[in-house]
Amino acid sequence: MLAQFLQFLFSGVTIGATYALAALGFSIIYNASGVINFAQGEFIMLGGMSAVFLIGAGIPLPLAILLAVAIAGLAGLLVEKLAIEPAKNAEVVTLIIITIGASLFIRGLVQVFLGKGTHALPPFSGDTPIALLGATILPQSLWVIGVTVVVVIALGWFFGRTLLGKAMLATSHNKLAANLVGINTRMILLLSFGLAAALGAIGGIIVAPITYTSYDAGVLLGLKGFVAAVLGGLGSGVGAIVGGLVLGIAEAMTAGYISSAYKDAMPFVLILLVLFFLPRGLFGAKLTERV
Amino acid sequence: MNISDARYAGLIALAVVLAALPLALPNAFYYDVAIRIAINAIVVIGLNLLIGYTGQISLGHAGFFGMGAYSSAILTTHFNWPPLVALIAGAVAVALLAFLVARPILKLKGHYLAMATLGLGIIISIVITNETQYTGGPDGITVPALSLFGWEITGEKSWYGVVAVLLVLLTWCALNLIDAPAGRALQAIHGSEVAAKVVGVDTTRFKVRVFVLSAVLASVMGSLTAHYVGFVTPGLAGFFHSIELVTMVVVGGMASVFGSIIGAALLTMLPQFLSTFEGWETVVFGAILMLAMIFLPKGLVPTLRLRLGKRDA
Repeated sequence: MLAQFLQFLFSGVTIGATYALAALGFSIIYNASGVINFAQGEFIMLGGMSAVFLIGAGIPLPLAILLAVAIAGLAGLLVEKLAIEPAKNAEVVTLIIITIGASLFIRGLVQVFLGKGTHALPPFSGDTPIALLGATILPQSLWVIGVTVVVVIALGWFFGRTLLGKAMLATSHNKLAANLVGINTRMILLLSFGLAAALGAIGGIIVAPITYTSYDAGVLLGLKGFVAAVLGGLGSGVGAIVGGLVLGIAEAMTAGYISSAYKDAMPFVLILLVLFFLPRGLFGAKLTERV
Repeated sequence: MNISDARYAGLIALAVVLAALPLALPNAFYYDVAIRIAINAIVVIGLNLLIGYTGQISLGHAGFFGMGAYSSAILTTHFNWPPLVALIAGAVAVALLAFLVARPILKLKGHYLAMATLGLGIIISIVITNETQYTGGPDGITVPALSLFGWEITGEKSWYGVVAVLLVLLTWCALNLIDAPAGRALQAIHGSEVAAKVVGVDTTRFKVRVFVLSAVLASVMGSLTAHYVGFVTPGLAGFFHSIELVTMVVVGGMASVFGSIIGAALLTMLPQFLSTFEGWETVVFGAILMLAMIFLPKGLVPTLRLRLGKRDA
């Protein structure tokens, strides 16, 4: 019983870590611009797919990972510079459609140049399962959890201790005020897209040896990242991480105990229930609408 | 010219174009595109009442479209119901579902509303994909032809007649609605929900009504699509179809009935032209979406209207 539960828990935490990284990406962009970036899923896919093809080209794993993160980060910067910035004062629906256009564009390019096949990245340190309290865990799962913890700590340091991170936080609290104290908010917006894309790509790469990747892998991952971000409360960093983990675990438990066919529906059922009772997510700011 | 005169001139122009179009359509392929445009246009007019006029986004309307399509498909094939009864049953089911979820969902705003409607649509499409014994799963199922009171609608020309008449009727209803007190109430909610409340608009009731109305329109057109195409697949209820519908609203023009028709026409024809870009369709489609939204953020019809110097219509 316990062993089975632990088994589901491990797989839930592993996939939940990817959702958490994607959700952090949603929240960072939302904080800087108020935009929900529907291309976030494509950054996850771009990270995994680039890494697969760089390794296929004979580049060693660590370098391939760095390059793949850089490629996705660059894609993020380009999306902001070429598609979001020119439309800056558009309505929410318009911006949503622009990011959807960007996601189709990226997915289409990957499909043209890298093909429609499904690919697996080699595990970082073998695939001999490790026995733990009667359950087993893949070494790659430990990589996923470890990398996510390191990334979260690094982000905590970045937002808490560096001038640039604090400038990003200031911009998210009050853009006009941040501008007035000399923060280049346009640069912050650009940076937030790059950072969000890089975070998504890291998630996409570390999980690719377990879940495989393909040109259309980003659609569902992105939507679930959005669910995780909303579940935790849009714009909240802690919320994004908790939201991602809750989502991953809920999904794994559904697959294990209820029905694997309906595991993909679980995140959306969960978010509807949460929004019905807590319209701003678990950790969302209690805003009063200004009239 | 008075504003409402201009609107009814538009309605007459639409009727004339639809009546004259068969003279210009060379073969069945063009009829097919025209029928799909009209079907999409009706769904998009309904959705525009919700998104454009009332300011409430929905990223899940394909779910209602799919429910309508599958109600017709399942009730006519598995249970031998007459098509019209199946269509009405589907519409009633969608109306009930939309009515039940409307209150909690429409309490949400902005991105949270987008999330909730997106979730609802995806849940419907996952149920359709998984309940294989009734829906045929990812492979879909065939649907018999539509017969009304003994008259079987088959062939592109009869279908064109049916959807063209429906489109003119619905455009007329929508134009009347937005100038009626109820329509003004909806537009007041878009302007400011608090201000609308202050002047005595029961905002919740109006939002629920327009949500149910747009959902039912999607359901009915889903049913008609099922009979017209003769085949249904889960893609009808999918996330991408929801996005296509919203894109038609925005490209044509928010809060513009004729914009909805033009948006539906452009985005229905686009994939036909793009098929010449072998393999690059998705890239080009994405690029066109981005460019259209960057250069025409208010959509085609409102932008043209501004250029032509008219203030409002």
